[in-house]
Amino acid sequence: MSNIITVKDMCLWYGDHKALNNVNIDIPEKSITAFIGPSGCGKSTFLKTLNRMNDLIPGVKITGDIRYEAKDIFGRDVDVNNLRKEIGMVFQKPNPFPMSIYDNVAYGPRTHGITNKVQLDEIVEQALRDAAIWDEVKDRLKKNALGMSGGQQQRLCIARALAVQPKILLMDEPTSALDPISTSRIEELVMELKEKYTIVIVTHNMQQAVRVSDYTAFFLLGELVEFGKTDDIFSQPKDKRTEDYITGRFG
Amino acid sequence: MRNRFDEQLFELNREIIEMGSMCEDAIASASKALSTGDMELAAKVCENGSAIDRMERDIEDRCMKLLLHQQPVARDLRLISAALKMITDMERIGDQAEDIAEIVTFLNGHTMEGMEMIEEMAHETIKMVTASVDAFVKKDIELAKKVIARDDVVDDYFSRVKCGIITLIAENHADGEFALDLLMIAKYLERIGDHATNIAGWVIYSMTGTHKEV
Repeated sequence: MSNIITVKDMCLWYGDHKALNNVNIDIPEKSITAFIGPSGCGKSTFLKTLNRMNDLIPGVKITGDIRYEAKDIFGRDVDVNNLRKEIGMVFQKPNPFPMSIYDNVAYGPRTHGITNKVQLDEIVEQALRDAAIWDEVKDRLKKNALGMSGGQQQRLCIARALAVQPKILLMDEPTSALDPISTSRIEELVMELKEKYTIVIVTHNMQQAVRVSDYTAFFLLGELVEFGKTDDIFSQPKDKRTEDYITGRFG
Repeated sequence: MRNRFDEQLFELNREIIEMGSMCEDAIASASKALSTGDMELAAKVCENGSAIDRMERDIEDRCMKLLLHQQPVARDLRLISAALKMITDMERIGDQAEDIAEIVTFLNGHTMEGMEMIEEMAHETIKMVTASVDAFVKKDIELAKKVIARDDVVDDYFSRVKCGIITLIAENHADGEFALDLLMIAKYLERIGDHATNIAGWVIYSMTGTHKEV
């Protein structure tokens, strides 16, 4: 399996505060990688760096080398909009736009210039199918998305991210605001999505990392402490700090 | 932060040690009854068998609860899963000690004369059981490895005892039943050695996450 993202000696500062220190990681393609670690350890910051969402925060300085499909994501010829189309993101709280379900999903493709109705219909249906929500919404595509349940809204947001045909989906605690049933639907969905996409997921739910991910990265105080196969990390971690964190001895 | 969990693990540890020592007692008493022909002692071993079975259930329950409530990972998960496996081996040791004691009650005053090797074998087996429990108590990987290596000695005893029994049958045709009883006892002892080996293997697993290749 090849690595879709490679990161070498990456550091990040918020002003004077060094939030990430010398991170090195290779993210394998078409697999699920979980980032775990206590609050403030830098895992969300690192996640957002991967599609340059941190560019929007004033005072952020990044050094090191981050490559997506072997290309420097900070390279001069990189179109950030295009990068974010390829590397989509789903946030902790579902954030559908205040418009119809259909328009939510069609929003991305339209911004990227697709206007043909038949083509849009196809994209919307496929994205909603991939996000395992098509059957629930196919009869009310014109209804406002804000009328959906939290779990449905989150799957709609996943559909919206998928509609622009990304290769990577970054998910920042996508189930922390959902009930157990919606959570397990999203988890099932994530596991299905890895057939076509690479998924990177930040989670505070240790069992979720065990259940869904193939690889786990443990962050602590801005450092990537340990990265490896999830089964190995959770059965015999190599670093004592990982062991202490996952067994609840600190954090 | 995880005081309650640590207390429960401590309690689990304590129970395993207790069950281990019950097994040591069972096999030591069965062996003593065999040497001395002490029927009362043999009967007592049979009685205590059910206490070991109950202990296994209790520990099993505790492990299930810990798995359910704490969803353990890493070292904790290894300890609890090793505990579940170890108590099965301990329970078997208890059963086999009971089986030996039961045979002793049928021996009808036959003595071990000429078959001292079985007593030596029993002695060696008890040492293995004790050492495997000790390895767990002290979290001693080296001791656990020694137990595993020691299994060959017990296996070797079994082969020699078997030869001795064949000679016994050749010399005294009339006592076939006694000879078979002795063979059963030797086989039980050999199995107890295997269970002690398994326990030692689980001690190593719970500490390192890997099995020693057998």
